Amino acid sequence: AQVTVRDALNGAMDEEMARDERVFLLGEEVAQYDGAYKVSRGLWKKYGDKRVMDTPITESGFAGIAVGAAFAGLRPICEFMTFNFSMQAIDQVINSAAKTFYMSAGLMNVPIVFRGPNGAAAGVAAQHSQCFASWYSSCPGLKVVSPYSSEDARGLLKASIRDPDPVVFLENELMYGTPFEVKDEMLQDRDFVLPLGKAKIERPGKHVTLVAFSRPVGICLEAADLLAAEGIECEVVNLRTVRPLDIDTVLQSVTKTHHCLTVEQGWPQCGIGSEIAARIMESPAFYELDYPVTRLCGADLPMPYAKSLEDASLPTAGDVAAAVKKALNVS
Amino acid sequence: LSTEHTFETKPSLMHRAETEPSATVSLTRDDALKLYRRMQTIRRMETAAGNLYKEKAIRGFCHLYSGQEANCVGMKAALIEGDSVITAYRCHGWTYEMGAAPKEVLAELTGKVSGCARGKGGSMHMYAPNFYGGNGIVGAQCPMGAGIALAHKYNKTGNVCLTLYGDGAANQGQLFEAMNMAALWDLPVIFICENNHYGMGTAVSRSSHNTDYYTRGDLIQGIKVDGMDVLAVREATRWAAEQCRNGNGPVVMETETYRYSGHSMSDPGTSYRTRAEIQEVRQNRDPITSFRDKILGADLVTADELKEMDTEIRKEIDDAVHAAKTDPEIGMEHLSYDIYSDDLGHNMVRGVSPFVQLPHKVTGQAVNRK
Repeated sequence: AQVTVRDALNGAMDEEMARDERVFLLGEEVAQYDGAYKVSRGLWKKYGDKRVMDTPITESGFAGIAVGAAFAGLRPICEFMTFNFSMQAIDQVINSAAKTFYMSAGLMNVPIVFRGPNGAAAGVAAQHSQCFASWYSSCPGLKVVSPYSSEDARGLLKASIRDPDPVVFLENELMYGTPFEVKDEMLQDRDFVLPLGKAKIERPGKHVTLVAFSRPVGICLEAADLLAAEGIECEVVNLRTVRPLDIDTVLQSVTKTHHCLTVEQGWPQCGIGSEIAARIMESPAFYELDYPVTRLCGADLPMPYAKSLEDASLPTAGDVAAAVKKALNVS
Repeated sequence: LSTEHTFETKPSLMHRAETEPSATVSLTRDDALKLYRRMQTIRRMETAAGNLYKEKAIRGFCHLYSGQEANCVGMKAALIEGDSVITAYRCHGWTYEMGAAPKEVLAELTGKVSGCARGKGGSMHMYAPNFYGGNGIVGAQCPMGAGIALAHKYNKTGNVCLTLYGDGAANQGQLFEAMNMAALWDLPVIFICENNHYGMGTAVSRSSHNTDYYTRGDLIQGIKVDGMDVLAVREATRWAAEQCRNGNGPVVMETETYRYSGHSMSDPGTSYRTRAEIQEVRQNRDPITSFRDKILGADLVTADELKEMDTEIRKEIDDAVHAAKTDPEIGMEHLSYDIYSDDLGHNMVRGVSPFVQLPHKVTGQAVNRK
């Protein structure tokens, strides 16, 4: 069936709340307003005030409350209206949630999901258009997940809610309304979970490896279509999780194709692409490369508002195709 | 000897409260001995910690509780089974009160495997059942305490969460965020400001426009209690917990207390206050000396009994110090263990170079694992 990412996320939360009484959702506008992006639509009506809690606009406070509730055995889903606002609460994510299990020498695990839209939106300028994947993925103790398709959204969110450790779940605002075909058995299976830390080959190919997560996976698939018309076969790796990073899948692919490009919307410096390039350098796969790893990233600047400038700030399928041709030395 | 005695405590100051704790407090002989033993143990333990620090057996930060003992001992005496506590970095006394032996506290300070976090947490990160740390980020524990209280309400446990912070953290925005939500949602949390008058070296009058911390919950009822009197603290905490258990929470509680040491071991604690001030508190308001005088005067205990107890405590702490010095550090393999409570599969933990790949393993009990 065709399912939008929004409905896949909504269904995943609904099923996990039905399955486990400890699971509850809190955040700004998640209850009576039905979610700023309608991801929690209908949940308040179904589960009531106790399990779907509207908070005031107070990220540091409600993120801390969520972490405390997780310390004490509940399973909170803490929604940030967007991850831009999670900066108000990043201390609670990093210092309170991520580090406590290690600091307590294995005593106090923190089962919590921080979720919400991440990355570039459309026409909202610099403060509301930023990818935080590299920020959060830098921190040991966190798992960082970023789905692309509806299948990803369903399987990864269910897995994240069941996970006993803190998970940062990075959605994409512009993908919520996008429909994807999801197999009926996946939709019917209430235990459909995808393993965290495992990438998916979205499209096999032999000439070049394209590595991406979230919306840029679609850009890579589009580029692969363009290039296929010219006889270039791209292998598209959808990371799904950026920590732990499934580098093995990337390395195997690179060993086969001898070319690697990374595509993301975050900034170049210390980005996920930088990490992948470094990991390839540190592995025997480095000697398999016929051309240096190429990073396609958001441009190294705060997101501009004007449409023409905004468009030029993010990698497109055309940019990816051009970079692939350069790497393969074809024109 | 009497088996019970009634004392008059300094009346608490109240804010927007309809009831108040009685200033007349009854104390049994058993409780007198227990409270004295616990305060004296913390005093000795902290003195030992200070010495271990000077001997360089303790690394990094070390914040001593000496002078404030009546707070955690009085509060703990008012709790019932299942109540929880979260505090900031001045946590050694609380860790002991919540069940860790002095040896586990001191060995944690020296980074040894026998420490309560097996040497991986250190001075500011200690845990015990229903004790959620030991938190190193000033103020961050305030919303977390409200969250623990939310879990109590969610699970209908009838328990409360004591959420402690200092006069320094009292100005953190997230405290007000937490108070607002706790009041909106009737959470069973007592926000407790241990006012020792200095946030590091900044006196309350230089940090806070309103230094009546018990009034700073706005519409939330508040109480200010003499934090140097263990009996007053116990009664005030009982009253506050009762408010929460009856659905009249949250409560803001301020304790008027004092720390003898500097903020941490690197602070001699004399540039922003006078030696005379410290001396004055030690002589006239010390929580242990004053309690000792009180229970001796009431014939609840004998001087010999207390002397004997002091000897026992000294011995217990001496043994704990010995263990803290001589026990080993945790095995090197634990460097990469317990980062996640879930198996990481084939994923290794990177060491300092790509040539060092370390296995991950879960070794702890992971209380929220199932």
